[in-house]
Amino acid sequence: MTTFGLPEALFILRAAGWTLVLTSVAFILGGLIGGVFAIMRLSQVAALRRFAAGYILVIQSIPVLMVLFMSYYGLSAMGVELPPFLAAAASLSIYVSAYLAEIWRGSIQSVPFQQWEASASLALTRGQQYRYIILPQAIRISLPPTVGFLVQLVKNTSIVSVVGFVELSRAGQLVNNATFQPFQIFTLVALIYFAICFPLSRLSRHLEQVMNASRPH
Amino acid sequence: MPAVLIDDVHKRFGNLEVLKGVSLTVEPGQVVALIGRSGSGKSTLLRCINGLEAIQSGRIEVAGHIVDQDPKHLRELRKDVGIVFQSYNLFPHLTVSQNIMLSPRITQNVPQAQAETLAREVLAQVGLSEKFDSYPDNLSGGQQQRVAIARSLAMRPKVMLFDEVTSALDPELTGEVLLVMEKLAKGGMTMLLVTHEMNFARNVASTTIFMHQGKIWESGPSRELFSNPQTPELRNFVSAGAH
Repeated sequence: MTTFGLPEALFILRAAGWTLVLTSVAFILGGLIGGVFAIMRLSQVAALRRFAAGYILVIQSIPVLMVLFMSYYGLSAMGVELPPFLAAAASLSIYVSAYLAEIWRGSIQSVPFQQWEASASLALTRGQQYRYIILPQAIRISLPPTVGFLVQLVKNTSIVSVVGFVELSRAGQLVNNATFQPFQIFTLVALIYFAICFPLSRLSRHLEQVMNASRPH
Repeated sequence: MPAVLIDDVHKRFGNLEVLKGVSLTVEPGQVVALIGRSGSGKSTLLRCINGLEAIQSGRIEVAGHIVDQDPKHLRELRKDVGIVFQSYNLFPHLTVSQNIMLSPRITQNVPQAQAETLAREVLAQVGLSEKFDSYPDNLSGGQQQRVAIARSLAMRPKVMLFDEVTSALDPELTGEVLLVMEKLAKGGMTMLLVTHEMNFARNVASTTIFMHQGKIWESGPSRELFSNPQTPELRNFVSAGAH
């Protein structure tokens, strides 16, 4: 039986790198899709609004684990073999898109409607209103909850270990299987999660305070 | 051709009919005050003129544009019709000059240097040249409202609409905004204003329209209307001071 030493620790650290990669990919892809759904959710076209609302409702109502099972085992049963990383990244992106769409829809809607009226009265198109007036204000409003959600995402990436993708949690399990020193190993794993999430949590809190201090009136 | 032509306009919010057949014309250069109690339909009428509210029947023509709800038509209309709101509605993330230059830059393709000259010009007109780089939050209510007027003026509008623009202001700040509006009126701007400032209506507006229950109840040359109201409703309204 091996003992927990430097090579094992490095193995865990490298896996932490994959957690970061997975988080980044899911956040960026999910953010792009979520942004589109947020705007669709507020479209003047009823069909787009309903479609976006339906998508968000469905994704938020099922565990991300089921999305993962469907995209990994489900697709492979139908003959489409996704590598674990792709299945994991796709599932997490879908999960992220539904939540960010809701967070951002709320942020867009908390820009006072008078800003829409004033900019419409200045002959701006709807696209120009979003670009120059609404989004710059909505993005500021959305920063604290978005960063807060990112913290959740870092931790939730651990569920992709069930399809055999080796990220931080899975690496901890593997090393523990070989060395059986759970206390040391999972303390290290927990510390790494903490080291990633703590600065993000502080950033979210800081952004919130900055926003409150500069909120007009 | 009149600057504003309103013909038998009806407007409902659900089952509530707020405009019950309103007709009026405004000639170029004319200043018209709309007065009346809250809920008489005066603000709604003003908002119909630049298409912020859709009408159910009747016809509105402004500066050669027929007002309908086609987005393209509305944009053309709004290049010629400025509106100033009670709550200023400046864009808080932009400086004063950016607020003013935004629409000329992106809807009329005015080059940056020219837009800056334009911004300085309209800011001088409202007496706020030194606030070029300030953010709206650092201005008083009266100053914000004057910037909002300048922002509208930068569009070179043919008609200006003012929707209770001094109602949110302390009395000592009201004067500076009214002064700017009076200057505009004297400069020949076509103006429609919803106001509770009876003195301003009497002294600056050539015509005053008293609205009551969704209709034009009484209208005429301002001085006559105030000194010799024909209907008991206007008589009550005038003697109550306002509101």
